[in-house]
Amino acid sequence: MEFYRSHVLVCGGTGCTSSGSNKIVEAFKEEIKKQGLDKEVKVIKTGCFGLCALGPIVIVYPEGSFYSLVTPEDVPELVSEHLVKGRIVTRLLYHETLDEDEAIKSLYEVDFYKKQHRIALHNCGVINPEDIEEYIAMDGYQALAKALLEMTPEQVIDEIQKSGLRGRGGGGFPTGLKWKFTYNAEGEQKYVACNADEGDPGAFMDRSILEGDPHALVEAMTIAGYAVGANKGFVYVRAEYPIAVKRLQIAIEQAKEYGLLGNHIFDTDFSFDLEIRLGAGAFVCGEETALITSIEGNRGEPRPRPPFPAVKGLFGKPTLLNNVETYANVPQIILKGADWFASIGTEKSKGTKVFALGGKIHNTGLVEVPMGTTLREVVYEIGGGIPNGKKFKAAQTGGPSGGCIPKELIDTPIDFDSLISIGSMMGSGGLIVMDEDNCMVDIAKFFLEFTVDESCGKCSPCRIGTKRMLELLNKITEGRGEDGDIEKLEQLAETIQSASLCGLGQTAPNPVLSTLRYFRDEYEAHVYEKRCPAGACKSLLKVVIDEEACRGCTICAKQCPVNAIQGERKQAHVIDQDKCIKCGVCIEKCPFHAIAKR
Amino acid sequence: MKTLEELKAIRDRKISDLQLRKENFEYRIAVGMGTCGIAAGAREIMTTLMEEIERRQLKNISLTQTGCIGVCRLEPLMEIQDSKGEKVTYVNLTPEKTKKIVVDHIINGHIVKEYTIGYAEDINK
Repeated sequence: MEFYRSHVLVCGGTGCTSSGSNKIVEAFKEEIKKQGLDKEVKVIKTGCFGLCALGPIVIVYPEGSFYSLVTPEDVPELVSEHLVKGRIVTRLLYHETLDEDEAIKSLYEVDFYKKQHRIALHNCGVINPEDIEEYIAMDGYQALAKALLEMTPEQVIDEIQKSGLRGRGGGGFPTGLKWKFTYNAEGEQKYVACNADEGDPGAFMDRSILEGDPHALVEAMTIAGYAVGANKGFVYVRAEYPIAVKRLQIAIEQAKEYGLLGNHIFDTDFSFDLEIRLGAGAFVCGEETALITSIEGNRGEPRPRPPFPAVKGLFGKPTLLNNVETYANVPQIILKGADWFASIGTEKSKGTKVFALGGKIHNTGLVEVPMGTTLREVVYEIGGGIPNGKKFKAAQTGGPSGGCIPKELIDTPIDFDSLISIGSMMGSGGLIVMDEDNCMVDIAKFFLEFTVDESCGKCSPCRIGTKRMLELLNKITEGRGEDGDIEKLEQLAETIQSASLCGLGQTAPNPVLSTLRYFRDEYEAHVYEKRCPAGACKSLLKVVIDEEACRGCTICAKQCPVNAIQGERKQAHVIDQDKCIKCGVCIEKCPFHAIAKR
Repeated sequence: MKTLEELKAIRDRKISDLQLRKENFEYRIAVGMGTCGIAAGAREIMTTLMEEIERRQLKNISLTQTGCIGVCRLEPLMEIQDSKGEKVTYVNLTPEKTKKIVVDHIINGHIVKEYTIGYAEDINK
């Protein structure tokens, strides 16, 4: 082993990559070489640290200094100050890690990380995902060895069942039971598959696991193959995740090279092979039967269930299909035992859940919390609250299949059953926070636009029904709503729910139903008063200048992109409502705060 | 790879590398790398330490540098802090002294009194 006195970890997740972390890696390598430290300091590109809002992120060990918003220009200073002279560059430290008296706190004492419990993400941001030996050093593949050498397939399934692990893709079906069904299904040839077709807008949990810890998936699927009696696995991942695909490919190749995939693993009779199948990014392909059809090479359309994939799946054979995050928990359960896992979480929802925090929240990023953590803790303590002093209005969980949680229910514990009881669902883990400026009708419209786009068109309730619902919502948000429209929406929603073929259609009306449930008054204001209480629906707004406050400085008139503002110098200006596109530029630019949306 | 032993061998070989990214170290070594330290040959001490740690496969060691602590005339120097926070400062180092300190202090837990700052100060009096 070569000893390096310092490790520079640069986040190589999609978030930080898009804010330029590759350039930072290059800059570090170059600068370290220039200063003659390349035998002393190692630069490692890792997976996501979770705090994407502050990317690109760099952590320097052994001090554990957490630098945020780093630019390539900062690198020479970091190298010559921190790595050469041992002086931490406090200017670039994540401000939460600095105490008031300038003492530096450990990363794990910071609010964002303190309340988290990382199981599925435990290696993300810690190891180099492209180096199998780093994964092995973190006890990687030990669970596979334990399963193959010390346990029977029945014992593995038993352990998973006892752990209480439930599907992290959204449905929350008991994972052990699914494994048992596949194990019990008759057939010589069986398959294991992984759903990495994460499609919810704003969700990136699975992507981050694939990018940060791809070997966890390889190991878990191999264990699953052993448990259910399959010798072949498929990972269905969208081509829109190029970094994830590349790292998974590297992981599979390395595992083969080390004999952890292939024939006679650990000298047993068990052989297993893994293959990646790229999807084109259709939302419906996240539905299990559509996903299977797509892997087979056909157009990704769902088919009726039963038969369930456990009985008749890929190529007509019994198939075990789980989501990435579900698999990521498996090696830990085998290694640390079902009792350990079952001790985390709530009575019916065990373990942790990864959430992708987005929307109106400070710490946009990835968090993993024990089941049963309240929404308030996630939003305010981990997420750092709402920016610009705005008030929390609601959170949307479960993406286009889920629903919203209003502020009255912010103390609801987040677990599968509590969320369903309030009309939302866990979903895959997207958590979008909305403040008082978000119009709930507009949000419902946004998600419905998504499902209309993504409906595969096979069954008419979904194909036509969602389209009709969207038309009604457009009508309402444009100020053409009529008496009875809300009732029509409800009626359509019910029909679509009960008559659609697959989960996409059955859940498509959820955003509308749940916003109606908690924010019916907003719908009514749109329909009957032609008013948008949040001030978000453009057609229902007027931008007006307060005559009293206007000093006639002409700034607004100069800034208006459509020349809709008229008025003499030093006299009150007026907006021509026919020309105005309600872009809001004048509101921002007015030095006297005389312009507002009404 | 055919056996669990092979897997464990890879883990053990690699684990000391990753230990650096945890925050519980058995010993923290800080070499004085201010201008005074560098001029007196601190870099050589640093490379000696790295070589020794690598050669002896030492685990749970954090090796960092620190700035000038104010006794420039005693450079090169280093501080070794154990997990209980006890700190020993070694001064007027040479690569040979450094190697002895690694063996006696880090591996066997015996402080090398004659190289410590207290000893050096007593002699100077």
